[in-house]
Amino acid sequence: MSETTEPRKPARKKVELDPKLARYKGVWVFVEHERGQVHPVSWELMGEGRKLADKLGVELAGVVMGAPGEDTRTFCHQAMHHGADLCYLIADEVLRDYRNEPFTKGMTDLVNTWQPEILLIGATTLGRDLAGSVATTLKTGLTADCTELAIDMENRSLAATRPTFGGSLLCTIVTLNYRPQMATVRPRVMAMPKRDESRTGRIVEHPLGMIETAIITKVLEYIPDNLQGKPQLAFADIIVSGGRGMKKQENFQRIWDLAKVLGAEVGATRPIVQAGWVEADRQVGQSGKTVRPKLYIAAGISGAIQHRVGMEDSDVIIAINSDPNAPIFDFATYGIVGNAMVIVPALTDAFRQHLSTSRMAG
Amino acid sequence: MHIVVCIKQVPDSAQIRVHPVTNTIMRQGVPAIVNPYDLYSLEEALRLKDRYGGRVTVLSMGPPQAETALRKAISFGADEAILVTDRAFAGSDTLATSYALASAIRQIEKDIPVDLVFAGKQTIDGDTAQVGPGIAKRLDMRLLTYISKIRELDALHGTITVERRAEGGVQVLKTKLPCLVTVLEGTNEMRFATMNNMFRAARYPLKVWNKESAGIEDLTKIGLKGSPTIVSKVFAPSPKAVKAEIIDTESNQPKDLVVTLLAKLFTKKPDLAHDIAKNAP
Ligand SMILES: Cc1cc2nc3c(=O)[nH]c(=O)nc-3n(C[C@H](O)[C@H](O)[C@H](O)COP(=O)(O)OP(=O)(O)OC[C@H]3O[C@@H](n4cnc5c(N)ncnc54)[C@H](O)[C@@H]3O)c2cc1C
Ligand SMILES: Cc1cc2nc3c(=O)[nH]c(=O)nc-3n(C[C@H](O)[C@H](O)[C@H](O)COP(=O)(O)OP(=O)(O)OC[C@H]3O[C@@H](n4cnc5c(N)ncnc54)[C@H](O)[C@@H]3O)c2cc1C
Repeated sequence: MSETTEPRKPARKKVELDPKLARYKGVWVFVEHERGQVHPVSWELMGEGRKLADKLGVELAGVVMGAPGEDTRTFCHQAMHHGADLCYLIADEVLRDYRNEPFTKGMTDLVNTWQPEILLIGATTLGRDLAGSVATTLKTGLTADCTELAIDMENRSLAATRPTFGGSLLCTIVTLNYRPQMATVRPRVMAMPKRDESRTGRIVEHPLGMIETAIITKVLEYIPDNLQGKPQLAFADIIVSGGRGMKKQENFQRIWDLAKVLGAEVGATRPIVQAGWVEADRQVGQSGKTVRPKLYIAAGISGAIQHRVGMEDSDVIIAINSDPNAPIFDFATYGIVGNAMVIVPALTDAFRQHLSTSRMAG
Repeated sequence: MHIVVCIKQVPDSAQIRVHPVTNTIMRQGVPAIVNPYDLYSLEEALRLKDRYGGRVTVLSMGPPQAETALRKAISFGADEAILVTDRAFAGSDTLATSYALASAIRQIEKDIPVDLVFAGKQTIDGDTAQVGPGIAKRLDMRLLTYISKIRELDALHGTITVERRAEGGVQVLKTKLPCLVTVLEGTNEMRFATMNNMFRAARYPLKVWNKESAGIEDLTKIGLKGSPTIVSKVFAPSPKAVKAEIIDTESNQPKDLVVTLLAKLFTKKPDLAHDIAKNAP
């Protein structure tokens, strides 16, 4: 309401948890899948969930809901490979496609039966639909789009940090006297954990207890996106991005040239997308894509906070900017102060040179 | 067809600044606007009204100033506007907000049954996308989120067919009314306010409800008391401790700079040379 811009209530330091709530133990991660594929955000969360569970000294569980068969079982094993100790599985024909009603019922029943203290869900279209419904049904707190999760050992509570006001501020939110503590996290925000195929664990099956005729919403059709030729920034290893410092559309070709030599995707800031130089799918930042490549090259980009939140977790950031005081130099790994019109082509040549020498060598 | 559209007044986030020393939000002079995402749902509701007849009621919970947002909605063509405002709602999180809005919608229903509730995809301030699902669950309505198109509305049989954005494609869903729909951005373009509606908006006797008229039964479910989440701190992102290593050579010629850069890069990240070789065409 009017006060929403102020901290709504100072978190009290020490809170005795209601004994009924103290029974809630363990960290859960919802394993989201569509068309036979687990969404990578679920494994990213599994990596994060592992750290939280270790800190609390409890078990980490995956939750898989889907149609009976090989796929859902495989997802359970994959959950263990990514760090889970066990996996809850509801396999029912009714769960073949995502629908709010049966998935909300499945998840709330599992929570009420097994009582986890923390439940993490990916902030995807599916995850947000489910999380909001489950939290309301369970009457518990839900923190959206977190970028950092930590345990406050004082009261074993989840401290969830999230950007707010379009990314210009961060806030830390706790859910003290309610269980489970729920949070959603956007894809590519957390690191992908290493998979370890030797890890195993138990699968706990649970019935759904709902029949098709009881579900009002029907899926008539599913039209998969045609990804052919569409930019795939979220999963690129290398991204070369340009900003307003490139000045003219024809200069932006220099960005494409460098990307081509590196087999990289091309990214851009919002003004570039708004000017129509590249398609909207290439926008990196708060209102665009969150990316986490191994190498991010930013040319003629100032490093505004709305751009930064979408790319700052890249392994290495190279910034090229004519202004030595540009904010991008505050968080890039390497910087070259200079004219991007000259530096970018020089970099293209240097990478090309490097590639041809290394090919000859080996 | 009776449609309720939930709209929230928000600060124009493009203009929010953080005080560099105290890390608090400087709100002075930040204009308040209708949450941009709510305009897509309002327009969608108005289109349904144009096609099937009926009425559109806009509903907002917020401080008295939120009246402006509701009048704006009237100027676009909404029939009725209700502002739910009471000190008791201050500090509500999404669970408490959905409780309050759901109670208000039940009150609205006492006059005319509600077929559809529209909400925005999310707001630009709280930005949680949780209030829509919350209202749906509390009213036991079917929930349709991230809708990019309403394919068909069969008023006679009370069914609706929509296209819903899923992660890797589009789901076509059919369900029964009443339901709650959240609309994806870009689904439509807001109409211009007509002169007539602008006059009407200026004179319109807004309905203002306090907690009693909004039908709040349980006072422990609203405001701070009814909010499980607690904001423990708000802060500006800390500048990274390590700044960029600025590449510097004697000549400062572009060629020397980039060669020095690559040498440093591949020394620090030997794997990267391998990744680049693998990726390169
Ligand atoms: C709600 C909201 C959401 C937003 N979402 C996003 C988003 O998702 N993504 C996003 O990117 N932005 C977003 N923005 C916009 C963001 O605030 C910035 O305006 C934008 O990122 C700036 O883009 P830029 O760096 O290309 O341009 P500028 O800020 O204009 O920077 C240009 C830079 O180029 C440098 N330069 C100039 N000439 C040269 C040269 N010859 N060689 C090298 N360098 C040169 C300049 O020194 C300057 O640093 C959002 C804003 C708002 C309010
Ligand atoms: C910094 C900060 C962080 C916050 N983080 C969280 C959090 O993680 N979890 C949490 O539970 N609460 C959180 N809140 C509280 C939350 O912002 C408020 O509860 C707010 O009233 C509604 O949430 P929202 O703005 O995210 O709306 P959303 O859920 O994003 O809104 C979706 C739609 O619901 C409708 N709607 C929302 N609010 C109203 C309203 N007041 N009147 C009419 N229609 C409305 C609109 O149609 C809107 O488009 C946070 C608040 C602040 C200030």
